[in-house]
Amino acid sequence: MATTQKISSDLGDRLRDFRRAAGNVAGGGGLWAAIIIFTIWAAFAERDALTVGIVLGAILALGAVGLTLIFGVLKFAHFAHGDSMMLSAFIAWLLLNGIIVGERAGSETTLLPVTVNDLPGADNAIWQFSFGYGLIVAMLLTAVLTAGMMVAIDRVVYRRLRKRRSGIVIFAIASLGLAFVMRSVILIFWGPTPRLYTPGIRNRIDLPFDVSVLADQLFILAAAFVVTAIVYVLLFRTKLGKAMRAMADNPDLARISGIDTDRIITWTWVVAGFLIAVAGVLLALQAHLDSELGFTLLLPLFAAAIVGGLGNPQGALVGGFVVGITQEVAVTFDFLSPGYKFSVAFAILILILLVRPRGLFGERS
Amino acid sequence: MTETQAAPLLEAKNVVAGYVSEVDILHGVSITVHGGEMVAIVGPNGAGKSTLLRAIFGLLAARRGQISLKGQDITNRAPDELVLRGLSYVPQVDNIFPSLTILENLEMGAFIREEGLAERVDYILSLFSDLADRRGEKAGRLSGGQRQMLALGRALMLDPDVLLLDEPSASLSPKMVDMIFDRIKMINAEGTGILLVEQNAREALSVCHRGYVLAMGENRLEGEAKGLLDNEEVGKLYLGA
Amino acid sequence: MILGGKRPGWTRGLKPSDFIAPAVLLSITIAIPFISYDQSRGAFPDGNIAGTFSFYTAFLVTVGVYALLTLALNIQWGYTGVINFGVLAFFMLGAYTTAIITKGDPQGDFTDYIGGWGDNLDLIPALATDQWLPFVVATAAAAFAAGLLAFLVAFPTLRLREDYLAIATIGIAEVMRRVVIEERWMLNGSRGLTGVPQPLGNLVDQSDYKYLNVVIIGIVVIIVFFALERAVRSPWGRVLLGLRDDEEATAASGKNVFAFKTQSFVLGAAIMGIGGSMYAYAFSALSPDAFTHLFATFIFWAMLMVGGSGNNKGAIAGAYVVWGLWTISLQMQGYELGDIIESRMSYIRGLLLGAAIVGVLLIRPLGLLPQERRVSSWVERRVKKERSARAPPAET
Repeated sequence: MATTQKISSDLGDRLRDFRRAAGNVAGGGGLWAAIIIFTIWAAFAERDALTVGIVLGAILALGAVGLTLIFGVLKFAHFAHGDSMMLSAFIAWLLLNGIIVGERAGSETTLLPVTVNDLPGADNAIWQFSFGYGLIVAMLLTAVLTAGMMVAIDRVVYRRLRKRRSGIVIFAIASLGLAFVMRSVILIFWGPTPRLYTPGIRNRIDLPFDVSVLADQLFILAAAFVVTAIVYVLLFRTKLGKAMRAMADNPDLARISGIDTDRIITWTWVVAGFLIAVAGVLLALQAHLDSELGFTLLLPLFAAAIVGGLGNPQGALVGGFVVGITQEVAVTFDFLSPGYKFSVAFAILILILLVRPRGLFGERS
Repeated sequence: MTETQAAPLLEAKNVVAGYVSEVDILHGVSITVHGGEMVAIVGPNGAGKSTLLRAIFGLLAARRGQISLKGQDITNRAPDELVLRGLSYVPQVDNIFPSLTILENLEMGAFIREEGLAERVDYILSLFSDLADRRGEKAGRLSGGQRQMLALGRALMLDPDVLLLDEPSASLSPKMVDMIFDRIKMINAEGTGILLVEQNAREALSVCHRGYVLAMGENRLEGEAKGLLDNEEVGKLYLGA
Repeated sequence: MILGGKRPGWTRGLKPSDFIAPAVLLSITIAIPFISYDQSRGAFPDGNIAGTFSFYTAFLVTVGVYALLTLALNIQWGYTGVINFGVLAFFMLGAYTTAIITKGDPQGDFTDYIGGWGDNLDLIPALATDQWLPFVVATAAAAFAAGLLAFLVAFPTLRLREDYLAIATIGIAEVMRRVVIEERWMLNGSRGLTGVPQPLGNLVDQSDYKYLNVVIIGIVVIIVFFALERAVRSPWGRVLLGLRDDEEATAASGKNVFAFKTQSFVLGAAIMGIGGSMYAYAFSALSPDAFTHLFATFIFWAMLMVGGSGNNKGAIAGAYVVWGLWTISLQMQGYELGDIIESRMSYIRGLLLGAAIVGVLLIRPLGLLPQERRVSSWVERRVKKERSARAPPAET
């Protein structure tokens, strides 16, 4: 035992020294340089992959911002984030179509007497998109519902654990349990087959510089931009946002200053819920609705949040793009088949933990 | 001589408190602060000085005893209530929000009552001119002394009746210590009562009106600050002269 | 019997809540054979005891495998507080390592995998080594491979926060699945590996193998259980508990926190490898689709939480109870429950499993068998000696 201890502590020391040296070079400057060079190269060599990577990156960014907010204010790793996104996507689907899986496998029943698509012209495609304004209405409605759901879950589960002063790991396990509950709910109501908001061919738009993009993807980028701007304003220009950042910095001092921490926590879940819903719908729009996607999405989501620096929203934004682009471009290499996308995210995660664990924007603790 | 010796502004009577359920740190401590007074609490390490402040501010459950502010019972009330009633607390460490700007830090101090925010901010920044030039900077970049000033500033945003300070001079250079105590005296001159816990007993007793000496969770001595300073027994036993 | 108003000695100190665990275990033990008996009545009108017995044995085989994995998770999480959301990786690695060592060369056009040394390991035919040697080697290799993987993963992550390790373990599980599926030349991809030989397989007919298997697995579980019980009562084990309860204090007392955590993580992973190995023998067929996050990671968390984390007996009990409930609900699908429930039964089970974890955390975080107060075996023996020295002579 003693020798293995000595070996592992020697290795540990060497790793620490390596990390310190690597961190000084790769830290900040080096990492940024690598990212920028890689992106520029991809712009020339693998433009299509880069384009998809940017779109995926925007979606991951939205998800990661929510994740990092939860981490900052509530101080735990929310393992139900991916499945929450997917559940929101399905709720939006339900609001549009009103259908759930019927009694026997393969059949369907209508759950909602009235759906969003019943609104006049709701499913008439806007411009070149594959959807009408119905999707947008459904997305906003879902955002409200998801926000409510997250607050309810907090009341029932997380708040009780907070009162008991449970460790962060207990929260993580509880969120894992909830992830599976959500996944099961998706399967119970909509079954295992993947779905789309609107089946059929989707229009391509040709942009200058030989860039070809789906019309829907332009919408995704625009929506992500709008939501990000809103969140930015919230966090940096409103009292609530400042209080959220204060709580992320120092929850005790926030309490001492007289801030009602319970209320701030509730609002954090509301904001996170909005982000989850929008990110989920956009994800389903870009890929598809699928019960399996939620859990595995945790990998790129956490990678994005950690790359940016856990707790830092700007970091999560940048991290989302870094992971998205790297994922898509990396699988164009011969030795990596497309199935490895999320494994690439994992590789990025490990790399960051080795070289600069606090992330691009993280403060040295 | 202080004005009102009549009704105490802040009073703690026989407070018993501790962190872990079986162990008491305070075994029945009593202190009073009168309006406009500066009161120091000194004593050796582990005497329970910081614990007393936390118990007064509702951060720690007072198992027995009573705490009152302006004649009203505030035993075991939550911090946000106490802030509204005119009590404010500056912890010894982690007393600013590092990723928020100086201005935002101060805004947090006024979170529960926004009226007159701008004037208060101006007033506080005039008190601490070092911070005024850098109000848009992140608080994490400040030096130790500047952080302490900001911590004080945050606690003053709602013009509290009594300010609880936990070792404000800790880990500051002597020049900074003088400056901080200077500012504290100025704050007190404006009418805010001060309850000051200090390891640096000499400095604390030389600026305060009265003092209490605590040891092992109990009152040991109290009286006029000057008297305590001159008292040799105090110096030897409790102040590590 | 209660004589003269005095309760017999062994009932002293019992509380009503102490009866919950035995009651639950007993109800499941009765329910499973009962329901399977009821079910098989349709198929075997006369004498279906044999069918019931067979079913219960098969149930125990699975419980045994899962108990190993839950015990392993208990070492990592229950005793040391290291969080592993990627049990799947070590489970799968153990199973596949075992398969490629014990199987012979790939046969046929549609089968492709590395290894296949099974036929070469019949080193001493006189001692019937083909019956046991490849399996001993394979299981040892499974433990080693899983342990090595754990060591590699722990390195960059265990030094940091616990939630980083959790995420990293999800990652390693995902990578493991991906590699198996994508690199078909390595482990036959989604087609899976079939025909894994079974230890001592020649002794009985294939259809009766489960009875032998349950004994083998039972022995392995017992050995691992007692080894772990010794380990946690040793000085090493006490440091682990110190880590879980108060890491800072343990570090302050000079213990190398990282080293201990790594050792615990590696040990747990190695046992997961053994569990995977037993799985391969029991089911003889492996496929990446069988290793889902639900069945290869999550279910063990449920078992550990329900049974009682920090308690080896609890780990085994949890495996028994959770798999028991799962099996009962599977059996109940035979009953008329209405199409609306039947078609979703497996999903409802998944939901209940998730709810069980959350529920246990909220209501009875200690699980069925709460952890015992930690006493070192040295202290236990001293106390026993002193007690027997001071006790009055036994009355005859």
